[in-house]
Amino acid sequence: MTLFPLHGALLGIWAILGAAIVIVFWLSRKNTGKDYSELVQRTKSWWVMIAIFTLCFLVSELLSIIVFALISFLALKEYFSMIPTRRADRRVLFWAYLAIPVQYFWVADAYYGMFAVFIPVYMFLFLPFASLLSQQTEGFLKAVGTLNWGLMLCVFSISHAAFLLILPPTGTNSAGGAGLLLFLLFLTQFNDVAQYTWGKLFGKRKIIPGVSPNKTWEGFLGGVGTTLVLAVLTAPILTPFSWEYAAAAGVLIALAGFVGDVTVSALKRDLGIKDAGSLIPGHGGILDRIDSLTFTAPLFFHFTRYFFY
Amino acid sequence: MLQKLFYIFVKIGVLFLLGLNVRRKELLPASGPAIIVANHNSHLDTMVLMALMPLSKLKDIKPVAAADYFFSNPRKAWISEHVLGIIPVERERKDKTWDPLQGCYDALEKGQVLILFPEGSRGEPEQMTGLKKGVSFLAEKFPQAPVVPVFTHGLGKALPKGTFLLVPFFCDIFIGDALTWTGDRASFMEALKDRFAALSKEKNFAAWE
Repeated sequence: MTLFPLHGALLGIWAILGAAIVIVFWLSRKNTGKDYSELVQRTKSWWVMIAIFTLCFLVSELLSIIVFALISFLALKEYFSMIPTRRADRRVLFWAYLAIPVQYFWVADAYYGMFAVFIPVYMFLFLPFASLLSQQTEGFLKAVGTLNWGLMLCVFSISHAAFLLILPPTGTNSAGGAGLLLFLLFLTQFNDVAQYTWGKLFGKRKIIPGVSPNKTWEGFLGGVGTTLVLAVLTAPILTPFSWEYAAAAGVLIALAGFVGDVTVSALKRDLGIKDAGSLIPGHGGILDRIDSLTFTAPLFFHFTRYFFY
Repeated sequence: MLQKLFYIFVKIGVLFLLGLNVRRKELLPASGPAIIVANHNSHLDTMVLMALMPLSKLKDIKPVAAADYFFSNPRKAWISEHVLGIIPVERERKDKTWDPLQGCYDALEKGQVLILFPEGSRGEPEQMTGLKKGVSFLAEKFPQAPVVPVFTHGLGKALPKGTFLLVPFFCDIFIGDALTWTGDRASFMEALKDRFAALSKEKNFAAWE
């Protein structure tokens, strides 16, 4: 059973989820006056999300790639639904959606060269061309800019998480690509939770009030510390990293996760909305959940690829 | 049977290709007689509203639609009647000897739920036009039937008039409190208009130029 470490890690994640459920239950029992419905809803949603990913990890690589393609689709749809678009660009949006199956085909095909350039080069050049065919130049620049940015954020970035899956096992890492992906997802999401929790408990000094008034230095640094420790602890099970590399990866994920989070916050603030959608009860839309991942996935992927492949 | 099968596909399509953000689904009438009034942007409007209902109820939910469009040829008429369950109304009445809303009266009499688009036409996507008075005649005749306003946004972006290319968008469906008969038609229409205005202001919708 070569995947044994992966199973152990999945069990560990379920144990953390179980602990979270017990804590939330205990909290809502202790302070009956306070409203914990959002926290309960959030925890329930975590349960569903972790169940989906566990299933993917256990069934097959291909299923996981398809699920990531679906996540990209939902995220892009959310993005296109919340930004201003032009009627003339309906067809262009359609092409942008079609880029998703193509990009994930490169992933499944392990065609790294094409995977790395398809969206930033070919879609980048093609979308403006598709847009000019409507011969409506008013708002052209804005349309092309916003559509390309959405494609980069929701499809290109996220597809890097899926590409981790097809990295082969190495001598020091029997969990292979799946282990790396689990490492990335676990740390990115746990970093979000940790930054939030540290901020709630000790948050005082605002870090970037113009964009995200609830983010504090205490939350940020607490998150970085927690993620660093978790990275060092879990790396031997899931990755080929020695502790120095694990620590670096932990800090990278914590920093990039924070930047991804506030970047999507800036976008939402510009559009005057609180949540990108309402797909995940307690969390908001899918973009609200994967905002950090849009930054951590490509950076962690290149970190790993540069040093270990 | 055919209708149920069709709406199983529609429900799946709506779930994956569109994705709905429904607010206050519990306000939709569970049984008739009742009238659902919605703004009209797309052919998807009817299908999405029907897809919100449980399959077992579909046979008692009747979209009211233009006879000149949906019954313009035998094939369309057959689908409109047997799959979509449409009640036809004449938009331009030539024969004044009978009431064009008779089909609607019969359906309400039978305790069915009507889906009505008082704008009369899909028109320009995502722009509301004036409401036609037909609904007030129905409300006057059936004062016990609640009139439930439903405001939708996004369906006109996904499939506007004059195209067959469906582009995925998340769509908002806001359901308002039911209106009951106010006593006269003008004040009823005014109240309905106000409900729609309030529903359409619930969210900052992305611009669509």
